[in-house]
Amino acid sequence: MKLATIQLETLTCPSCMLKIEGALKSLDGIDKDTMKVSFNTSKVKVNFDEEKLSIDEIESAISKLGYEVLKSRVK
Amino acid sequence: MQKYILSKKNSIMSISGILIVIAFISKWTIDNIAIFTWTLIIASILGAAPIIIQAYQALRVKVVSIDVLVTIAVIGAFLIQNYEESAIVTFLFLFGAYLEQRTLNKTRSAIKELTEMAPESALKQMENGEFELVEVDEVDEGDILLVKTGAKIPVDGTVLSGEGSVNEASITGESIPVAKEKGSKVYAGTILDNGTIQIVADRVGEDTTFGKIIELVEEAQDSKSEAERFIDRFSKYYTPAVLILGFVVWLFSKNIELAITILVLGCPGALVIGVPVSNVAGIGNGARNGILLKGSEVINDFSRLDIMVFDKTGTLTMGNPSVSEKVYYGDSIDETLGYLASVERESDHPLAKAILEEIGNATISPVDSTEVIKGEGIVAIVNGHRIAVGNVALMEKENVSLSEKSKTDIARLEAKGDSLVLTSVDSELKILMGIRDQIRPGVKEDLQRLKKLGVKNLVMLSGDNQGTVDIVSRELGLTKAYGNMLPQDKSQYIKKLIDDGQIVAFVGDGVNDSPSLALANIGIAMGSGTDVAIETSDVVLMNSDFSRLPHALGLAKATARNMKQNIVIAIGVVLVLLGGVLFSEWVNMSVGMLVHEASILAVILNGMRLLRYKLR
Repeated sequence: MKLATIQLETLTCPSCMLKIEGALKSLDGIDKDTMKVSFNTSKVKVNFDEEKLSIDEIESAISKLGYEVLKSRVK
Repeated sequence: MQKYILSKKNSIMSISGILIVIAFISKWTIDNIAIFTWTLIIASILGAAPIIIQAYQALRVKVVSIDVLVTIAVIGAFLIQNYEESAIVTFLFLFGAYLEQRTLNKTRSAIKELTEMAPESALKQMENGEFELVEVDEVDEGDILLVKTGAKIPVDGTVLSGEGSVNEASITGESIPVAKEKGSKVYAGTILDNGTIQIVADRVGEDTTFGKIIELVEEAQDSKSEAERFIDRFSKYYTPAVLILGFVVWLFSKNIELAITILVLGCPGALVIGVPVSNVAGIGNGARNGILLKGSEVINDFSRLDIMVFDKTGTLTMGNPSVSEKVYYGDSIDETLGYLASVERESDHPLAKAILEEIGNATISPVDSTEVIKGEGIVAIVNGHRIAVGNVALMEKENVSLSEKSKTDIARLEAKGDSLVLTSVDSELKILMGIRDQIRPGVKEDLQRLKKLGVKNLVMLSGDNQGTVDIVSRELGLTKAYGNMLPQDKSQYIKKLIDDGQIVAFVGDGVNDSPSLALANIGIAMGSGTDVAIETSDVVLMNSDFSRLPHALGLAKATARNMKQNIVIAIGVVLVLLGGVLFSEWVNMSVGMLVHEASILAVILNGMRLLRYKLR
């Protein structure tokens, strides 16, 4: 498991969070329990299984919704 | 394609706005209904495109978002050929989102300023000995870094060579330059004002003090209170419920106009956004003023505070005792001072430190057969003389006869609240010193401000003797003061207050009060960047600055009030609109959208006031 911290452009509506959560939940290899989408910091923090999923796939799932990914870090 | 349209949202909004203006001008001036209708149709389609895409994406991940409600409403208006409504509603929705983004950025600006102070790059020593510019993420513990004048120190570390002065405002809130030389500790995020230093990295990234502060503030602004979690749960079901309500209304009344109006009115905007906005602005104000508030739950509890309990030493007092008065008896005082210094040099008692500081330079002689008498003092042989240093009880034991004058001196110093240290040479009293832990300057005024803010009880707990405690308490005007308390007694006391149903704040320096800090409803740490204090407490006053406390309390109260105002605005607007729809004619879809967007802006602007909050 690795921890991804993804900085997004400013989120303005709380329903954005629901959308991002929904999109990430459907990815195989995401640890749903650790997922945290923060409204004010506009950040996503989530553990994922690097054998099933890459950070690029996570990023593209978010950017497909129309939210720009500014920066991401995997630890 | 979808991405392209979404990225052009702002241009689409402007074009659709211009089209609407053209439409109405052509209607009112040249009375051309064809132009009017067609421009509105184009404006509707343009404006609806990004909203429909967002709605589709939301539905795909099984979320009924506001976009879904608006999309259905707009399509409905379009089908009944009310192009005026469909154009205006889409425009207002886009325009509102635009304004929300702009203003939300403002409310978040204070915290952003803080996080932007994080260092990004470092000059790291490579294997060939040269320094190269690297990203701060590439620095590991143990790396050697070069910091030049004007640069940000990238990690927490120790100075290896060179010297300079550092502005530590980002950690302490005080922009006074601090001198650094070989062996000094330096902190990430602080700025080297002048000089050049080489440092070895002790802690990097999120482990640094600054990293921890940032993480804490970031978590705080998104941490949710019970009430907020309720609103979140509520809004998850609320939006689909509005959709069903609209459908039911249409089914029974066959009035599409009314049904789609309800969809627009039902958009939950201000309610979900109101509390987070107050929260982020309040915490941002705190961060700017050297106060860390850990989230909205803390703010709520803090604002309803009943009783504030203080630790004495290091919180209300400076924590480093100093000699306030000294009296000499007889002659050969210089010699005695030398003996005293020689004996005290070997002690790690806090009073010994104060005495040595007071004496300064003295002739040091070798000390023999030192005997520490617990609770009384020290007896030792120096240059063949028997030296006793301690309190009155020790002097009695050593058969020192106290003159009338010395007895009055002792009584006088005791009444002042000083701790007494007497020195005798061969059973003859030579020196009497009164040592005192100074009250922090300004504490009395700060406590007055706290009272004015409505804190009913101010209580002091201390390990010192009751006499000293009573004197400090009287001087500061506290409600109650208890002495002779061990750390576990303090936490017992706090537990009792909580069990009585009071909301208790405990203010301590975080060194030995951790249990009390953790136990109190609100643990307030006077942290000069100590990790334990930052982690166990709910509120941190940076740089141990007591004077921030009234501002912290005032800010918490203002923020809690602001949250309530926002909830009232949000619910009030929905009620007025619903009443308008049911009982009058003035509410249509456009008016509904306008009021809805206006209410969102109202709560954001209201929240923004907190950024400028100052204690009067």
